[in-house]
Amino acid sequence: MVAGCSSTGGRPQPNANGAAGPAVNTPRITIALVSHSGAGDTFWDIVRRGAEEAAAKDNVNLLYTADDDGPRQAQLIQQAIDQKVSGIAVTLAKPDALKSVLANAKAANIPVVVINSGESVAKSLGAQAYFGADDKVAGNAVGDKLLAEGYSHPICVIHEQGNVGLEDRCAGVKAKVPATEVLYVPGKDMTQVSSTITSKLQATPTADVVIGLGAPFTLTALKAVEATGSKAKVASFDLNSELAQQIKDGKIIFTVDQQPWLQGYMAVEYFWQQLRGGFSLGGGQPVLTGPAIVDKDNVDAVLKFAKDGIR
Amino acid sequence: MSVANPAIIDERMRSRSPLQRLLSRPEVGSLVGAVVVLVFFVIVAPVILQPASFATVLYGASTIGIMAVGVSLLMIGGEFDLSTGVAVISSALTASLFSWYFVLNVWVGVGLALLVSLGIGFLNGWILTKTKLPSFIVTLATFLMLTGLNLGLTRLVGGAVASPTISDMDGFSVAKAIFAATFKIGGVDIQITVLFWIVLVAVASWILLRTKIGNWIFAVGGDAEAARAVGVPVAKTKIGLFMGVGFCAWLLGMHNLFAFDAVQSGEGVGNEFLYIIAAVIGGCLLTGGYGSAIGGAIGAFIFGMANKGIVYAQWNPDWFKFFLGLMLLLATLVNLVVKRRAERK
Repeated sequence: MVAGCSSTGGRPQPNANGAAGPAVNTPRITIALVSHSGAGDTFWDIVRRGAEEAAAKDNVNLLYTADDDGPRQAQLIQQAIDQKVSGIAVTLAKPDALKSVLANAKAANIPVVVINSGESVAKSLGAQAYFGADDKVAGNAVGDKLLAEGYSHPICVIHEQGNVGLEDRCAGVKAKVPATEVLYVPGKDMTQVSSTITSKLQATPTADVVIGLGAPFTLTALKAVEATGSKAKVASFDLNSELAQQIKDGKIIFTVDQQPWLQGYMAVEYFWQQLRGGFSLGGGQPVLTGPAIVDKDNVDAVLKFAKDGIR
Repeated sequence: MSVANPAIIDERMRSRSPLQRLLSRPEVGSLVGAVVVLVFFVIVAPVILQPASFATVLYGASTIGIMAVGVSLLMIGGEFDLSTGVAVISSALTASLFSWYFVLNVWVGVGLALLVSLGIGFLNGWILTKTKLPSFIVTLATFLMLTGLNLGLTRLVGGAVASPTISDMDGFSVAKAIFAATFKIGGVDIQITVLFWIVLVAVASWILLRTKIGNWIFAVGGDAEAARAVGVPVAKTKIGLFMGVGFCAWLLGMHNLFAFDAVQSGEGVGNEFLYIIAAVIGGCLLTGGYGSAIGGAIGAFIFGMANKGIVYAQWNPDWFKFFLGLMLLLATLVNLVVKRRAERK
């Protein structure tokens, strides 16, 4: 054995898995996907993979761009319009900032679909379809499940102050479990996330469950709960392989997955279906990709895909 | 032919009372500020005085404070560094991705990360002294490049925007036991970062106050040309200070990696300001030549108290940044007043 090598873990040995070419022979089109993702966001990484896989299969040239600043996201959409793409998929986390640029898209006869956020305004801004989860509905689902399992005092941890979707999730929980408290943590610094959750647990000994709104933050919350010796349990929104493993191991009680891979996939697939047969998915109604609850009963079916970065 | 008048003694030679000497210390203003903030939170949120709560405040302060040590020294040396926030993450990612990709013992990655962190500091200092560009420009460029590299390389190597888990690899458990340890003092769990922090402050204070290098640091920060004229190696001192920041970034980066196992490549942005805020609250001047390592530590402690105190007090955190800004302003004003008074006497 070479000195300094690790006998366990690390990069899996690469295997020849033959890159898949396009599976269809429809004309090559260019589709833009413009999200409000911040840099290095694990959730959006999965969305992008879904879109890339659909693009590879459907002979689509995918242009993925993102900016978490509303006006700059609008500029990215305008750039897509300038390039005369065949379709644009956008997220409407900041709908007011995108209103006028979406009017430009309409004027240029470029079809638009909305994914992930902005369900309530998508139609009025001229979008043909919506693929995503309703954060309030997802929050309600968590609240219901917590009530059913006998929890009464959740702490809902928001890792990005002012993000409407995250606020909706906690509001959805609170609508079902009125004693829910919201805790804001600085999501750009895990040590501060950890110590802030710890201090909240120390200040609130009656809390019986901590809810993280994104997989990496939930995993940090779990460590904080274990370190303080608090009796609180941990629940989550969204998923990654580590989180799935912790559900399997019984450390986290459940998570609500909005299946982001599907959101990216559908964004591209929609335009291809339109090209293929003039189909309209959802019949003008929102197509929900969640909430899908993952707990110990069904985690085995999910874990493998989470490891592949799909769930 | 003049006779010295014994009644007029050069004011620089005059002996000063211990109180005056205390008041002229750079960290005195922040010490007053820290006491005020502590008393304030003890009144509005008594739970902060519980040993376990206090340990949490210390942990929050230490993760700022470790970096504030290096940043304070750098600021005394007349420069500052905007790349520190992402440099912490760069270090953690280097250790994680390198060990993972080549399936090596994680200690190999830890060692490489140290070299990379010191290298980033060296590069910052070297470019600065070679080009005479202001540190604002040089480290802003480093900040942007590191932010991009963190993201780009993580995806290139690991295939995702967060580093893959390395908790199952050789050497991880030992490294975790060192960089992310907790130990008990009087039944309370203390994070090892608190110990790192105290040791770093002690070493930095010793360097500043008791060694030749300390004099060099004050000299290059006060007046680089005058320092050069009396034989101080200005370039080496500045490069050394940037490498000191790099060392702190490595230490905190290793804590991040082994406490949380996986690292998100987009983290760290914005933290550089917290380190600078801590140093400034602690009495380091933005213009250089004045300040102390202890001051930076007190600044970080004030930050930790405010940050956690607002949670213990169960306040609306919407206002947190406002309080932070207000504190920064007040602390610097108190510093200014205390300093002027001390100089007048």
